[in-house]
Amino acid sequence: MYFIRFEAFFKRPYSSYNMSKLVKLKKGFDIKLAGKAEKKLVEFQPAKTFAIKPTDFIGLQRPKVTVNEGDIVKAGTPILFDKALDKVQYVAPVSGEIVEIKRGEKRKLLEIKILADNDISYESFEKFAESSIKSISREDAITNLTKGGVWPQLIQRPFGIVANPEDKPKAIFISGFDTHPLAPDYSVTLKGEEKYFQTGIDILKKLTEGTVHLNINGDAEVPTVFANVQNAQVNKFSGPHPAGNVGVQIHHLDAINKGDVAWTISPYGVSQIGKLFLEGRYDASKTIAITGSRAKSAAYTKTFIGACVDTLVNGNLKEDEKSNIAPDTRVVSGNVLTGEKINKDGYLGYYHNQLTLLPEGEYYEFLGWMKPTSEKLSYHRALGLLSFLKPNKEFVLDTNVRGEERAFVQTGVFESVTPMDILPVYLLKAIMAEDFDEMEELGIYEVVEEDLALCEFVDVSKHPVQEIVRKGIDLIQYS
Amino acid sequence: MKFLRDLLDKQKPLFHKGGKLESLYYAFEAGETFLFSPNHTNGIKGAQVKDAIDLKRMMITVVIAMIPCLLFGIYNTGHQHFLATGQTAGLWDNFAEKAILGLTLVLPIVIVAYAAGGLVEAAFAVIRKHPINEGFLVTGMLIPLVVPATMPLWQVALATIFAVVIAKEVFGGTGMNILNVAMTARAFLYFAYPAQISGDQVWTYLGDKEAVDGFSGATALAVAYNAGVEGETVNTALSTHNSALGSGLYEFANLFMGWIPGSIGETSTLMALLGAVILVATGVASWKIIVSGFAGAYIMGFIMNLFAVNEYMAMGPEYHWVMGGLAFGIVFMATDPVSAAQTETGKWIYGLLIGVLTVIIRVTNPAYPEGIMLAVLFMNVFAPLVDYYVVKANKKRRLQRATV
Repeated sequence: MYFIRFEAFFKRPYSSYNMSKLVKLKKGFDIKLAGKAEKKLVEFQPAKTFAIKPTDFIGLQRPKVTVNEGDIVKAGTPILFDKALDKVQYVAPVSGEIVEIKRGEKRKLLEIKILADNDISYESFEKFAESSIKSISREDAITNLTKGGVWPQLIQRPFGIVANPEDKPKAIFISGFDTHPLAPDYSVTLKGEEKYFQTGIDILKKLTEGTVHLNINGDAEVPTVFANVQNAQVNKFSGPHPAGNVGVQIHHLDAINKGDVAWTISPYGVSQIGKLFLEGRYDASKTIAITGSRAKSAAYTKTFIGACVDTLVNGNLKEDEKSNIAPDTRVVSGNVLTGEKINKDGYLGYYHNQLTLLPEGEYYEFLGWMKPTSEKLSYHRALGLLSFLKPNKEFVLDTNVRGEERAFVQTGVFESVTPMDILPVYLLKAIMAEDFDEMEELGIYEVVEEDLALCEFVDVSKHPVQEIVRKGIDLIQYS
Repeated sequence: MKFLRDLLDKQKPLFHKGGKLESLYYAFEAGETFLFSPNHTNGIKGAQVKDAIDLKRMMITVVIAMIPCLLFGIYNTGHQHFLATGQTAGLWDNFAEKAILGLTLVLPIVIVAYAAGGLVEAAFAVIRKHPINEGFLVTGMLIPLVVPATMPLWQVALATIFAVVIAKEVFGGTGMNILNVAMTARAFLYFAYPAQISGDQVWTYLGDKEAVDGFSGATALAVAYNAGVEGETVNTALSTHNSALGSGLYEFANLFMGWIPGSIGETSTLMALLGAVILVATGVASWKIIVSGFAGAYIMGFIMNLFAVNEYMAMGPEYHWVMGGLAFGIVFMATDPVSAAQTETGKWIYGLLIGVLTVIIRVTNPAYPEGIMLAVLFMNVFAPLVDYYVVKANKKRRLQRATV
């Protein structure tokens, strides 16, 4: 009798021990930029239109639109699903009229646009009392999550794609802080959402037999929303970016091996799940940070998933003081490392909670490759790159490439900004050579674009590192 | 600079698709991007801002690091001439004349190396349709520094062309090469024209002047090797050698300073170390390779001491640091990131073995008094093997984690 119990004790997977971990990372680099969002909420004119962009969902293979132009939808009405993963519903973030279904080349679905109502009406989903959350079964939880439109917040590792409800992940990971340049502070964006966040965690706990990991910043004060979280293992990570990347955290907590499936979710997604179960509605409201050196008012504001950014951008751009040539502004949905350039009347990406306004860098510079400079940020210290003398300066960077693409020459730099036991250059070369065995052996399952985004920034030879990483993942996943 | 920009913009269409000079596009582009860094902006997805570094800046940093060696080499070339011909004894006497003589000897070699290599680069860029490789900025400076000032210019040109084509371009250009390009150029000269790059006669320029009685143009390495053969202690041999020119010319301090005959840029350990400081401080070269390279030479020298059967083997290991081109080779050749080991652990092993091999070749091989050249080339070839095992260890850790 005792023997059996003893044995069972040892068979418990390691991750089920509820032991918090403290991980100190040294490798990495914080890109300090000007235009940090002030910790206050500013009101802008509400956006009129909203859009869901199927291209935001990586791994959405065969999108099928279930609405037509002219249809009236509520917040939470399904508008789209993936024929390859048909249980998962993608829903409207706000109520209103479908005004356009925009397609690109080869009828590729680009945007489903909604003209929003002034007052949002919601689809009603099953509502639970806090006390009854405990008794919800795993199956019911999944059904509610997929129908309620919040499922796409769950991302599967490896590959970084929308999770498959049929899978049983070995663990679920949540990064409780964002170390990207100018990233929003969760103590502002999730203020007052403690109840929803806890409920979200409770639901997530049902989805995995392993642990729900909540990883918080060991270098900063813990936001109140994470202060008293139950049902999750709280780990602390400290160090420069990418310490806040969930992929890096997984590598140090319970690394992904071939055949493993783990899920990740952002704290916003957790909170959204909580709202779905406690309020019975799909709540796409979110607080985002408006950042960047071109932003006149860099602060936080409330909006919804997929909002048109025109009201946030127009009238919020700094006039140029020095020159009479006002540099163009690039609007980036997300941060400067992993974000996406959008039009000034473009739409906020589904997963993004930040808008970055940068000067465009379309200009020539006389002897720009040789001029000494302390105004341009560099991780390196080669001739004339003096930014390291100003470790606390907030830099104004534009979108110039600062050079041309070349073959790999410098070595050791990628490793020094990647706090994982991974050899980035070898992995990238394996992908370029389409060598599947090498890719697997070198750790393709452990990375997505954002984990190697810093390599793209510091690269002397200006390779499109993130594009290469995705190419490798696609190769492994689809062939 | 606006007029320059306007000029370039006006000419640009000529070189673009459909233009008259379309085939010369990459030659034009090279010139344009040297004058102006391009106006390209980052793509829609991915990093929206980029680090200020590019390959040109990295390469020019290496060139800057070589300048102390170059300047020293220019003056030393003149100084050795004046010393050997008995015109002066003091180091700083006839300063201007020495500097000018050095310049007239060294500058043509630099120009020829850059011109010959640059032409090959441009030709390949135009024919193979790829951008011009900045790596040549470094190679063009390295080659002059590793040949004696008496080297015929046509041989410099031939060696440069050979090295750029065979060691680099056939592999696909900078970043793809297996061997260090400058070392390949030197090895080519060494085996094709040994009379001009070995022996005792080539290291000091005499011109039409007569050398003083009792002058020997031997390098310190040759002196040490001969001491080993003749059974004289190396220290005695070094301190008495060339005493006709002055005392202590081959003693440790002077070897370290580099006021000795040798290839243009390699004689001064001090200047090579100054270059090392620049390269390490700017992060362009790996300090691991430099440290382990010197350590490897010392360790092997020490092991030689333990099993010494002749005087050369009994020589203090620190002498290996200051004789010949070891310091220059480790600092500037071994650290070439493309041909060196590329993993961090691999760099330790690679550097160490270069040091070890250099001393083995120096002490045990009668044909080649200088070992660094072959040691670097040899380890260039073996670097991928070293990396292979380091990478394999990484893969193994990943696999073991999965099966635990």
